[in-house]
Amino acid sequence: MKSITVFFIAIFIANISIAQTIEVCSTCPVSTLKEAITQSKDFDTIIVEKGSYKEHAIVVDKPLTIIGKNYPVIDGEKKGEIITITADNVTVDGLFIINVGTSYTEDYAAIRVKNSKNFVIQNLVLEKLFFGIYIEKSRNGKVYHNKIIGDAVEEYNSGNGIQLWYSKNVEIEHNYVEHVRDGIYLEFSDDCLIKNNISTLNVRYGLHFMFSNDDTYQDNTFENNGAGVAVMFSKRIKMYNNLFKENWGTASYGMLLKEINDAEIIGNIFEDNTIGINIEGSNRINYRHNSFSNNGWAIKVKGACYANNFTENNFLYNSFDIAYNSNVNDNVFDKNYWSNYTGYDLDKNGIGDVPYRPVKLFSYIVNRTPETIILLRSMFIDIIDFSEKVSPVFTPDNLLDKNPQIKRITW
Amino acid sequence: MLKILRYSFFDLMRSRWSYVYFAFYLLLGVILLFLNNDLSKAVITLMNVIIVLVPLIGTIFGVMYYYNSQEFTELLLAQPIKRASIFLGQYLGVALSLSMSLILGLGIPFVFYGLFESSAVWDFSLLLITGVFLTLIFTALAFNIALSNENKIKGFGYAILLWLFLAVIYDGLFLMTLILFEDYPLDKLSLFGTMLNPIDLSRTLILLKLDISALLGYTGAVFKQFFGTSFGLIVSFFMLTVWVILPVGRIINKSKKKDF
Amino acid sequence: MVTIQNLHKKFGRNQVLSGLNLTINEGGIFAILGPNGSGKTTLIKAVLGMVIPDKGEITVLGEEIKKNSDYRHKIDYLPQIANFPSNLKVKELIKMIKDLRKPTDEDQRLIELLRLEPFLDKKLGNLSGGTKQKVNLVLTFMFNSPLIILDEPTTGLDPISLIRLKELIKVAKAKGKTILITSHIMSFVEEISDEIVFILEGKIYFKGSIQELKTKTNQQDFEHAIASILTNNHA
Repeated sequence: MKSITVFFIAIFIANISIAQTIEVCSTCPVSTLKEAITQSKDFDTIIVEKGSYKEHAIVVDKPLTIIGKNYPVIDGEKKGEIITITADNVTVDGLFIINVGTSYTEDYAAIRVKNSKNFVIQNLVLEKLFFGIYIEKSRNGKVYHNKIIGDAVEEYNSGNGIQLWYSKNVEIEHNYVEHVRDGIYLEFSDDCLIKNNISTLNVRYGLHFMFSNDDTYQDNTFENNGAGVAVMFSKRIKMYNNLFKENWGTASYGMLLKEINDAEIIGNIFEDNTIGINIEGSNRINYRHNSFSNNGWAIKVKGACYANNFTENNFLYNSFDIAYNSNVNDNVFDKNYWSNYTGYDLDKNGIGDVPYRPVKLFSYIVNRTPETIILLRSMFIDIIDFSEKVSPVFTPDNLLDKNPQIKRITW
Repeated sequence: MLKILRYSFFDLMRSRWSYVYFAFYLLLGVILLFLNNDLSKAVITLMNVIIVLVPLIGTIFGVMYYYNSQEFTELLLAQPIKRASIFLGQYLGVALSLSMSLILGLGIPFVFYGLFESSAVWDFSLLLITGVFLTLIFTALAFNIALSNENKIKGFGYAILLWLFLAVIYDGLFLMTLILFEDYPLDKLSLFGTMLNPIDLSRTLILLKLDISALLGYTGAVFKQFFGTSFGLIVSFFMLTVWVILPVGRIINKSKKKDF
Repeated sequence: MVTIQNLHKKFGRNQVLSGLNLTINEGGIFAILGPNGSGKTTLIKAVLGMVIPDKGEITVLGEEIKKNSDYRHKIDYLPQIANFPSNLKVKELIKMIKDLRKPTDEDQRLIELLRLEPFLDKKLGNLSGGTKQKVNLVLTFMFNSPLIILDEPTTGLDPISLIRLKELIKVAKAKGKTILITSHIMSFVEEISDEIVFILEGKIYFKGSIQELKTKTNQQDFEHAIASILTNNHA
C-alpha cells in the first residue's frame, strides 16, 4: 500500500519536474550514495545496487527517494552518524546499515530525520548501531517494517532502537527491535501510533514514553526486556492488545506507569512477569479485559493513585494479585475473575457470593522484608492471610471486588 | 530385608488403612479436577495440599504401624534376621505402601483426565516425587519417634507435635526471625532456614515451579543463583535425600541398641 | 549349650540383672522361675539378643551372640504374647516364617496335632487367644532346632492342647534338645522340668533339680518350696 502511495507521489512529482533515476553501484559512473545525492535534483530517485559502500555522514538535504536493491550495505565504519535527513518528503527503503559510531557526547544514529515532514523509513536492516532510527522535531512520517538488531550490554554506552523527540503524528509499525537500550523511545512526541512491533531482549525498556501525550500503542509484543515497558509523565495514552511477557528481575515489570493520567489499558496480556503492572501516581485509568497470568505480582500500586477502574480482567495464578503499600484505597475493582478466589456461588448467577480481597497481608510482609518471599505458600502464611482477610488491619478495608466472577471472562 | 519389606508391604496393602488413604487421594484428585475443570489449576491446589497432608499421614501412619506391629516385630527379632533388616524392611514397607496409595490415588484420576496430553505433566511428576520424598522422610521420623517412646500416647503426641512444628510453627518462628533481623542481609539465612525443614524444602521445589516470577523480584545474589538456575533444584533434591538418610540412619542405630 | 557370665542389665533406674552367671548344659528341660519382675523374661530376651546387656557375655552353642544374628538359626522361641500381623492368614504366616528361616515339613504334622486345619485360611486378627497360641506353637516347634525357649507356653491353651504341648516338649527332650521354659503354673513346671533355675534380685538364687530344691528349703511340696524362698527372702 505504502509503496503504491510512494509510486503515485513519484509520478505526480515527475509530471511537474521531470524526475530522474540515478543508479549507484561500484562499477557505475556514480559509485557512492553521497555522490548520487550531490548530483541529484529534487524528487529524483536513487537506486543503490547490491554491494558494500563505506560511507558515513550522508546528508539528504533535498526531497529524494533512496531505494536499496537486494539490501546493499552502507558501512559507517564506526566513524559517526551514517544518514541524516534534513529535507521533507524523503523516503529511504531497503538498505542494510551497519557500524554506527559510538560517542558519549553525541547521539549518532544509523538514520536521523531532522526537522522534516512526510518522511518514510522502511524495510531497513540496522546492525552494530548506537542509535537506530532517530526522529527529531519531525512530523507526519512513517517508520515501517524495519529490523534493528543491536548488541547492547550496558545502559550507559548504548542507544535506542527507534527514538522520537519532539515529533508529531508518526506511525511506527511492524518493526522488530532487539538488543538495544530502549526498543522504542518517545520523548515530547504526541499523536503517534505504535502498532504491531516486536521489541525484545533490550537492556532497558521495550517501549518508553516520556512527556508524550495522546499516543496509541497496540498489538505489540514486549518480551524479556531488562525492565519491561515504561510509560511516564504522559497523558491520554491508549494501550490496546499488547503482550508483555517474561520481564524478570528485581526492578522489572511488564509495564511501569508513572504519573500517567486518563489512560486506557484494554485487552493486554501480562504473562510471567515479576510485576505485571507497576503503578505510581497514576489517576483515572481504565483497565479492562486484560489478562494477568503467572506473574509474581499482577499489579503493584505505589504512592497515590486515584480513581482507577479495574473491571472485567482475568487474574490467573499470580503469586500475588494486588499489592498496595498504603492502607488507603480510592480505586475500584469490579467484576474481575480471580483464580485465587475461594468463595462460592449459591444463587448460580456467575458472581461469587462473598467479595474477594485481592491484597494479602503477606504481600505487606514481603514488601517490608523481601527475604520472607521464601515462605510463600506456607500454611502459616495462609493462616495469617486468613485472619487478615477476616478483619483487615494492614490492608485497605474497602479494597475488594464485590462481584468476583466464577468463570474466566472471555471477550 | 527384602523379605521383611515384602511382607510388611503386602500386609499393609491388604489393610483397611491403605484403602482408606488410596480412596482419600482418589477422591481428592477427582474432586479437585471436578471443581477446577482445569488440570494446571488442580495441580497447583494439590501441591498446596500435598506438602501439608503427606507429612501428616506419613507421621501418623508410621507411628501407628510401628506400635501395631510391635509383637510381630518381637517375633521377628527372635528369628535369625539382622535387626537393621527388620526395621528397614518395615519402614520401607510402610513408606512404599503409602507412596503407592499416593501415586495411584492421585495418578488415576489425572491420567484419565488427560494428564499425558497436558503441559502439567512435569508439574505433576514433581508433585509426586515431592510427595514420595515427604512420605519417606516423615515415615522415617515417625519410626524414630516410636523407637524412642514405648508409650503409645506419648509417641502419637510427639508425632503430631513434630508435624505441627514443621508444618506451621517453624514457619512462624522463621518469619519472626526474618522480620526481627531485617536490617541484615538475610538471603543466606533464609535459604539455610529452608534447608532445615523438609516441608519448607518441598515447598521451595514447588515455588521454583509456580512462583519463579515473584522469586526473581528479590535482589539477593545468593537468592538469584539459587532460584535463577538449576542450582536450587539440585540443592533441594540433595537436601531432601539427606533428610531421608539421616532419620533412616538413626533408625538403624537406635534399633541396634534398643531392648525389646 | 548356653553360658552366661556376669550379666548386667538396667532399665532406667531399675537394675534387673546384676551379675548373673548361668551355664546350661546340653539336653534336658530347664525351668526358669522367679517372682514377678525378677528378670526371667529379660534373661531369655538377652539370650535371644532382643535385650542388649549393659555388661557381660553370652555364648550360645559356642558362639558369642553380640552383633550376631545367625546363631538364632539354632533357637526356637515361643514368645509370651502371641500377636501377629492381623491381616495375614494363618497359613501365610507359617509360610512366611519358613521363608525367613528354612523350609520344613514339620508344620503339617503340628497343624494336625493341634487341630488347626479349620483356621488355616482365617486371618490372624480374627483368632481367639488360644488358637493364636497354637499357631505360635506350630511356629516354634516346626524347625527342630537344638535350643528351644518357651516363654509362658501354657497361656490360653485348652486341656487337650496342653497335653499335646507336654508331648511335644517330651519328644523334643527325647531328641536330646535343650529346652528353657518360664511358667507360672507350678504343676506344669514340676511335671515337666529336669532342673530349676531360680532367679531372685537379678541373680541366680538356686540351680538344681526339684528334689534338691525341696531338700534345701525343707519343704515336701514344690509350690511351698518356692513360696518359702520368697517369704524367707522378703522377711
